[in-house]
Amino acid sequence: MSWHFGRGPWGKLAHFLLALLVLSGLVNGALGCTSSTGASPLPPQPRLRVATTTSLYDTGLWGYLEPMFEERYDVELDVMYAGTGKALEYGRRGDVDVITVHAKAREDEFIAEGYGIERVPFAYNYFLIVGPPADPAGIKGLSPEEAFRRLMETGKGSFISRGDDSGTHSKEKRIWEKAGYDYEVVRNAGAWYIEAGRGMGPTLMMASEKRAYTLTDIGTYLAYKGKLELAPLVDKGELLLNVYSAIAVNPEKVPGAKLDLARKLIDFLTSPEIQELIGSYGVEEYGMPLFIPCAGAAPE
Amino acid sequence: MTEIWHGLLKAIELIISLDPEVMEIAGRSLRISLTSAFLASLLCIPLASLIHFHQFRGKRILISLIQTFFSLPTVAVGLFVFVLFSRAGPLGGLGLMFTPVVMVLGQMLLITPILLGLTIAALSGVDQMVLDTARSLGASGFQMALAVLREARFAVMAAVIMGFGRAISELGIAIMVGGNIRGFTRVITTAISLETSKGDLELSIALGIILIAIALVINIILNRIQQR
Repeated sequence: MSWHFGRGPWGKLAHFLLALLVLSGLVNGALGCTSSTGASPLPPQPRLRVATTTSLYDTGLWGYLEPMFEERYDVELDVMYAGTGKALEYGRRGDVDVITVHAKAREDEFIAEGYGIERVPFAYNYFLIVGPPADPAGIKGLSPEEAFRRLMETGKGSFISRGDDSGTHSKEKRIWEKAGYDYEVVRNAGAWYIEAGRGMGPTLMMASEKRAYTLTDIGTYLAYKGKLELAPLVDKGELLLNVYSAIAVNPEKVPGAKLDLARKLIDFLTSPEIQELIGSYGVEEYGMPLFIPCAGAAPE
Repeated sequence: MTEIWHGLLKAIELIISLDPEVMEIAGRSLRISLTSAFLASLLCIPLASLIHFHQFRGKRILISLIQTFFSLPTVAVGLFVFVLFSRAGPLGGLGLMFTPVVMVLGQMLLITPILLGLTIAALSGVDQMVLDTARSLGASGFQMALAVLREARFAVMAAVIMGFGRAISELGIAIMVGGNIRGFTRVITTAISLETSKGDLELSIALGIILIAIALVINIILNRIQQR
């Protein structure tokens, strides 16, 4: 009863496992021909990791810029999308080298704690309050604070919150605060206030399905507009300013963070040429730019 | 409903045209999950035999525990592996976070209970006669174990196929520790999640159909080997 591969019924199990191995090997050989797709833990090219807020990803901006950076610097750029809260957490844990986010107060905190080197704004746009075109609560044209007050007081129409500790969620909380409400009270105010716990795109889709209001950055809204039955209702007020910045993770606080490459990425984002590309991104498709470049001169 | 029909057409179109991005994602899904299933089998089949053929205190409890872990939520495994391999975690120094390697480890962890539990069940289903015959022929412990494993081979193979199925279809681990990085850790399930969130339902449905098609091909291949 010795071990004979392929002979007797026992061999079948061995064969079966061997087939699994060969299959995974074949697939490796046939499809894993480039280093970037290989399963090897240490690909030859250096890798730089960026955690980005979902709006810069869902709009396709990172997908557009990524190959340019990779080609220019011969690095593999790994872009992970997450809400600002999660992106900052990745940075704190040392799982990424750069973050691109949009929540100034929390960015300042991140830097004050020593995790980030410097906040470098590179683009901005505005938030919008969107909602069903029929606008049951009648918020069209109001200031954001007024609009939120109206939603809270009339109880007409639902509001979908990101509810995920993202930059947009931070902005929403700030507007509630400016409108004179305690956020905890708002959260528990009733069934009209819905916490989605998802990215901007899915939240917009949900708002459209439920005929609800939501706060969104204009970039994601424009990118999704064709799939939504939502109208922009509130788009004025300095409170709606939305600045995106890049922060390199500080290797002194987070060992292993690749500061040199991170700096290259930030220089890349703020270079005149890329700034121009950011400013024209989406114009062809959506009729207006999704982002306004602002390297060196961020609006406050 | 039209989305499903369009999704089906799109799936066919993507398969026939060998769309490079879809092929790459599908290939990566296959590679990662076949590797997890293979490595987990290497580990679990001998381990399950050891558990089955030895009598020890707490064996029943151990088996119940293994069976309980069939219900392990994939996000919980994802979270556990994340905390373990994140730079700030105990194994962070390996720098494996957000790589296919850590996805394989996570999937192995996920399917280990299934492979162990189902292999033990397969061995338990073998007629006592086999063991008695082997013993009467003067077989050693190891040889007896092999004889029983041989009898149970179909059920063991089913366990491996089940494990592979669970690995290739899971999302929680792939997205949490893989990060869904384009061209590096994006697999079919994470791509479906992303495309759905982008509102591209047709592509999502097409990817889902492709995943099932892959599972079908793998099962046909493995079944042929089984029945030869």
